[in-house]
Amino acid sequence: MNELLIIRNLTVKFYTYDGVVQALDNLDLDIKQEETFGLVGETGCGKTLTALSILRLISPPGRIESGSICFNIDDGDEPIDLLAIGEEEIRAIRGSKISMIFQEPSSALNPVYTIGDQVSEVILLHRRQELVNKAIETITALLAGRNSLVNILANPMRLAERSLYQKIAQNPHSLWPRIVGRIPIMRRLLQRLKDEAKKMAISMLKEVEIPDSERVAQQYPHQLSGGMEQRAVIAMALACSPSFLIADEPTTSLDVTIQDQILELLRRLKSERESSVLYITHDLGVAAQICDRIGVMYAGSLCEIARVDDLYANPLHPYTKALLAAVPKPGEEPHAIGGTVPDPLNLPSGCRFHPRCSRAIGMCREHVPPMHELASGHFIACHNYQGETGGSSC
Amino acid sequence: MTSLRFMLYQLRRNPLSIIGIVIILTFIIIAIFAPIIAPPPEGHIDPYMIPRDGYSPIPKPPNEEHLFGTTEGQYDIFYGVIWGTRSAFRVGLIVIGVVLVVGIVLGSLAGYFGGIIDEIIMRITDIFLAFPILILAMAITVALGPSPDNVIIALIIASWPSYARLIRGDILAVREEDYVEAARGMGGSHLRIITRHILPNSIYPTLVMASLDIGAVVLYAAALSFLGLGAQPGYVDWGQMISFSRNWIVGPPGNPLAYWYTVTIPGLFILLFVLGWNLLGDAFRDILDPRLSRK
Repeated sequence: MNELLIIRNLTVKFYTYDGVVQALDNLDLDIKQEETFGLVGETGCGKTLTALSILRLISPPGRIESGSICFNIDDGDEPIDLLAIGEEEIRAIRGSKISMIFQEPSSALNPVYTIGDQVSEVILLHRRQELVNKAIETITALLAGRNSLVNILANPMRLAERSLYQKIAQNPHSLWPRIVGRIPIMRRLLQRLKDEAKKMAISMLKEVEIPDSERVAQQYPHQLSGGMEQRAVIAMALACSPSFLIADEPTTSLDVTIQDQILELLRRLKSERESSVLYITHDLGVAAQICDRIGVMYAGSLCEIARVDDLYANPLHPYTKALLAAVPKPGEEPHAIGGTVPDPLNLPSGCRFHPRCSRAIGMCREHVPPMHELASGHFIACHNYQGETGGSSC
Repeated sequence: MTSLRFMLYQLRRNPLSIIGIVIILTFIIIAIFAPIIAPPPEGHIDPYMIPRDGYSPIPKPPNEEHLFGTTEGQYDIFYGVIWGTRSAFRVGLIVIGVVLVVGIVLGSLAGYFGGIIDEIIMRITDIFLAFPILILAMAITVALGPSPDNVIIALIIASWPSYARLIRGDILAVREEDYVEAARGMGGSHLRIITRHILPNSIYPTLVMASLDIGAVVLYAAALSFLGLGAQPGYVDWGQMISFSRNWIVGPPGNPLAYWYTVTIPGLFILLFVLGWNLLGDAFRDILDPRLSRK
């Protein structure tokens, strides 16, 4: 399998009044095509930040200091570095090639627009060409219609419409639609684009299993339940068939039955569209359910990456072990991890986990453990396993 | 359709806002039909100058020829207050319209982009806000030379900062919402995010303030006219008409209310106009505020 996304040495810092917070520290991560990669870890360990960095959505005082994020837009094409391209280009990628599902569906939807409007906005932004072609088709079909009185009266108008759309089709960046879109009466000519987008939005809503989607498309976010809202958010994210989907704790605010349905939906859509998913969660159970591979994060860096069965059966990093032991099981006292998450302003030297680690050795205090492959596909950053295989980096 | 019904429902719940609407509608009708209600006398060149009936300095009480009497210098009060409605609307709507545009543009820039842009714009507004609006407007009018247009310019310069500041605050709050982040994640440009996602969620308090302020602006303009900084004498302007009656507020000894009509009638028009906009502003708040309509 080819890599879809290769993150190397990603460092993100926040410049606050209290000092510089190193939020992500030399993060390396590969995501393969058509896989679901889970990112797990405690709150504040940098999971969401990794996702936002991929879309370049980090806003001040945060800053991406260094690193590269190579993304394979199309198979065979040279991968592009998302951190090196211009603002205009990254905007074309956001929402169309890479899109993101946010944690809280009720706040990720704009309260003043209907669901249909919001889904079609994405389509209008990124699939204009398609919409224009569809509009031309519809108008041509209308023009070929029977010679009734209505048609004879409406045809000159339709001809004008078609020539406008053809102009747009020839030169997608022409000024025509922009000018026409600003003139109140002429604006009606572009209505067809919106209608086509609406149709696509409704079919998208059907695809995420929203019942009675025509009606829901007319509704405002506050009229929907949490599960329905999350489906609408997923429809927005998938409206342009992105090859890479980032799901940032999409089920955290939902109850367990809805969570299960949403996970099932994500799994189905993912395999239908052959896209990759970066699934961010702090729920190890959910991660086990949906992910192919899992990366465990702690205080801004990855400590273990493994296939899901491997990780749960054979966790190696002391933090992963502690995390798995902390999952409550019926009839057992959960084992809390001793100590507290380090202050991000004042991170421990060496391995960030060493003050809480039961197996810390002298080296842990001084050197950051490099990521190395212990068994095939099982990467770990821990000095305890340093000698066991060659230190080939991830 | 549902929103229209909701609007009517909200209005019905608040009879005061209906009074406001009635007052403002009446003023609109007066302004539109001014040439019919108070036709300029034959041979009168500029309809925006109040016709005079002689030059006697003593006001005349209401009579058949002059429905509301005349002021000192024999300016017809009825003609003045009717046509003055037009100039009141002109001042109020132009000032508030321009101030809204300037305030929204600068406030959005400051609130959305933050950082150095925010710092520059907000420090400029600080400078303007350091002066009382009326004093600043007075100084600017004096500098530009007294005229109705300069009063408008002065009021615009004096009152945009509070709008920029208000809209900036609301944008700061909305900017952090998840749906704005989501819109950025969907590939929306800055302009699109501001106009489509942020402004519709943050503009209502500003619109409410604008409708309340139309009355206040007319009051300021009247005050400036009263001080002699507005139009040339005789221009149809409520404030100026009151300034004509400056010497006639109290009548001769033994009959203090002799010249009541010179002050009361233009004053009543100003009062009703301001009151109407204030009530209408409340109605706007009831209708427009999305947090109220959520329920």
